[in-house]
Amino acid sequence: MDTAIVTPTLRAKDYKSEVAPVWCPGCGHFAVLSAVTKALAHLKLPKERVAMISGIGCSSRLPAYVDAYGFHGIHGRALPLASGLKAARPDLTVIVAGGDGDGFSIGGNHFLHACRRNMDLTYIVMDNEVYGMTKGQASPTTQPDWAKSKLTPHGTGMRPFLPTAIALAAGASFIARGFAGDPNGLTKLLVEAIEHPGFAFLQVLSPCQTFRPEQKEWKHLVHPSDMAPTDDPVEAARFIQADDGMALGLFYVRRLPVWQPQHQPTATPADLEREFVL
Amino acid sequence: MTERSTLAGGATLAITGSGGSGAVTAGLILLAAVGRAGYYGLLGRSAGPQIRGGESAAMLRFGPQPIECMGGRFDLLVGLDWENVARFADELPLDRTSLVLTDAQAGPIPEILVRSGAQVRSMPWKALADAQSEGRMNMVALGMVGAMLGLPLDALEAGARATLGDKGGRVLTSSLDCIRSGYSATDAAPVPPSALAPPVARWNISGNEAAGLGAVRGGVRFVAAYPITPASEVLEWLAPRLELLGGSLLQAEDELASINMIIGSSFGGVPSLTATSGPGLSLMVEGLGLAVASETPVVVVNVQRGGPSTGIPTKSEQSDLNIALHGLHGDAPHLVLAALGIRDCVYTVEWAVGLAEHLQTVAIVLSDQMLGQSRAIVDPPGDLPFGAVQHTPLQRLIGTDADPDHRRYRPTPDGVSPMALPGLPGGMYTAEGLEHGPGGAPSSRAIDHAEQLDKRLHKLTGFDYGHGWAEIRGEGDHLLLTWGSSAGPVFEAAERLRGSGTPTRAIALRLLAPLQRDALLEAIGAAGSILVVEQNQTAQCFAYLHSQRALPAHARSYARPGPLPLRPAEIMRALIGSHTREET
Repeated sequence: MDTAIVTPTLRAKDYKSEVAPVWCPGCGHFAVLSAVTKALAHLKLPKERVAMISGIGCSSRLPAYVDAYGFHGIHGRALPLASGLKAARPDLTVIVAGGDGDGFSIGGNHFLHACRRNMDLTYIVMDNEVYGMTKGQASPTTQPDWAKSKLTPHGTGMRPFLPTAIALAAGASFIARGFAGDPNGLTKLLVEAIEHPGFAFLQVLSPCQTFRPEQKEWKHLVHPSDMAPTDDPVEAARFIQADDGMALGLFYVRRLPVWQPQHQPTATPADLEREFVL
Repeated sequence: MTERSTLAGGATLAITGSGGSGAVTAGLILLAAVGRAGYYGLLGRSAGPQIRGGESAAMLRFGPQPIECMGGRFDLLVGLDWENVARFADELPLDRTSLVLTDAQAGPIPEILVRSGAQVRSMPWKALADAQSEGRMNMVALGMVGAMLGLPLDALEAGARATLGDKGGRVLTSSLDCIRSGYSATDAAPVPPSALAPPVARWNISGNEAAGLGAVRGGVRFVAAYPITPASEVLEWLAPRLELLGGSLLQAEDELASINMIIGSSFGGVPSLTATSGPGLSLMVEGLGLAVASETPVVVVNVQRGGPSTGIPTKSEQSDLNIALHGLHGDAPHLVLAALGIRDCVYTVEWAVGLAEHLQTVAIVLSDQMLGQSRAIVDPPGDLPFGAVQHTPLQRLIGTDADPDHRRYRPTPDGVSPMALPGLPGGMYTAEGLEHGPGGAPSSRAIDHAEQLDKRLHKLTGFDYGHGWAEIRGEGDHLLLTWGSSAGPVFEAAERLRGSGTPTRAIALRLLAPLQRDALLEAIGAAGSILVVEQNQTAQCFAYLHSQRALPAHARSYARPGPLPLRPAEIMRALIGSHTREET
């Protein structure tokens, strides 16, 4: 008789923690949480080998809702937190989650360098073009004429940050866009992102019912990408520049060297002390 | 020559020159040589802001006892040339008994040096150098000075090999020729080979190297950091050596990243550290609060420089105590330590790593440019002489399958809870910067806030730190109290006062937070006069000690900013108020 210990197959709901989300009813982030748990179940990842890392914002609450290891850090610094963890613990599946303000404004510099460092991380940005947790201010992806915030009564007057274009320019090796209203497509992209060896950037259009109710229309505006995934950055750039921001799918994937230190010890601290001896 | 009798027991000398003159190289060789000849030594360097070139000075003090600070004057000034020397003439105090050696071909001696009344002697360095193939003046001068200081020629040659070895054969060969040429051009009698060899092999180490060594001795295997003067040498030393130990160093995009990276790696179970200086520490402060709140151990070595803002990046000051103690928002108890010397950088950083790991908190170690970028000949630092009393070795309490309760932040008698590492089934939790309940779930309830605040405070204040909190030397009614690198001149001032009939005790604080108030008050005892000495403008330590009610009312402060190093004589004057002749 086979006595090997068989890990029972986990279902998506087994990856949900007992902590109740703080999100508003109808928030797109519920669908992202659901897609994360489905992807983890699909990949049969043991819970204790998964780390969910985030910064601050509505979407950054996600780690507490997943039954895995997690770190809810400070605003804008999810990517460094995750990069340090992955550098020290390459055996873990490290997934970073956050919003457009956290990732593209206060954390913008880390986004650039995480793309070019190409560590084996999955970065999910739940983009709703607004700061929700601070009650509705313009974010880097907000259109320049959106004037609903008292902070910017005339709109921002700035062209929006283009996450996929910047990810490509900064050297990300996996660039995709999903939609909270398309849970199956989102789960499939997440599975691909987690399996991708390198920095996988997944922008998720995730409507904010409270501060951007007009985003309910997104379900009519999104459409599948009309380009097959490419490994050619020039082709990807052409596509991304022409994109209306609503195309869904995997745009660009390329095998690039992954930054991951892995050194076997060959010395002890006592060995190092010899260099100082006269 | 007369110099032999006055200088051979130890001396303080400076070698100055413009960029490319090799003043610092000559100083490095001389330090290595005095070490091989059986002396202790301390080599400081002073450089201008230029990236390359500009003026530089190497300042060496050596003698038969451990050297912990520069003296108050220089016996010897070796001027390879005089370009821009006026910029740091105030760092090179000379007097009538000082000797200035130069080559008349280097041009007239600057008026500011002439005014000191020092004797001046011209040496034929250039002529001797020109007689050698690819000869260099700095090496000729080095050989000549070595002979005048009574150093054996083989010690100078060994010092040159150790310092120039990786520059290749021709540079080394011509340098050795020049050293021999200079050495034999004096009328000093040659010294027998290795006449003064030390009984045990001593070390030649800088404070920044010592901090790196302390880190790896403490168990650090991951470092993330951003380059900054004067801390970069800590990182440059660590980067290749961490790889040999199976660890790694990640050069981050900025200090906001580096502090958060080491929080991430430490969460993963690897003892982690970063090194920086004032501007970088300022950027890291929010991250330090996260490490405190999430109880993730991290260590920051802050190599202080003149502040505020960009300040004086290449010069020393002890002005980051306030930010280290008080920079974090909220009630955020953490450890603040200060290295008391170059050799002590090994111990203090090693101890800080152990304490941070054991107490699952932040440790900030204050070093400074003076310690970090100076080199010294020291006795080999053995095992950490002041570990904690009850907990040996200091290490992290890792969660296991056997834990009856996996709640990450559950209260415990000593405030330290087992920390499950990713990979442990059943230990899953989300580390939090939000206030949280015992299981880690975010909470804004008063009862949870009070419980977690108390846990984080009491695990630090209730710990027994043993006797490592300070170094105390001597007895006397007079007391000099200091912290960090000012310990060097303070210890020397106290020793000289004792030697001249003024019994003086010196206390140098290594652990500043949590302040060991009871132990400090006991050590202060009934001292009749108390002077708190530090190198900053606003008496940051003096004010802190008063705020903690750790000083008698009659305690006085002697605080002045950098960049000039504190000197023993000014401390003696400030304590006893009489005129004390400045001596080395």
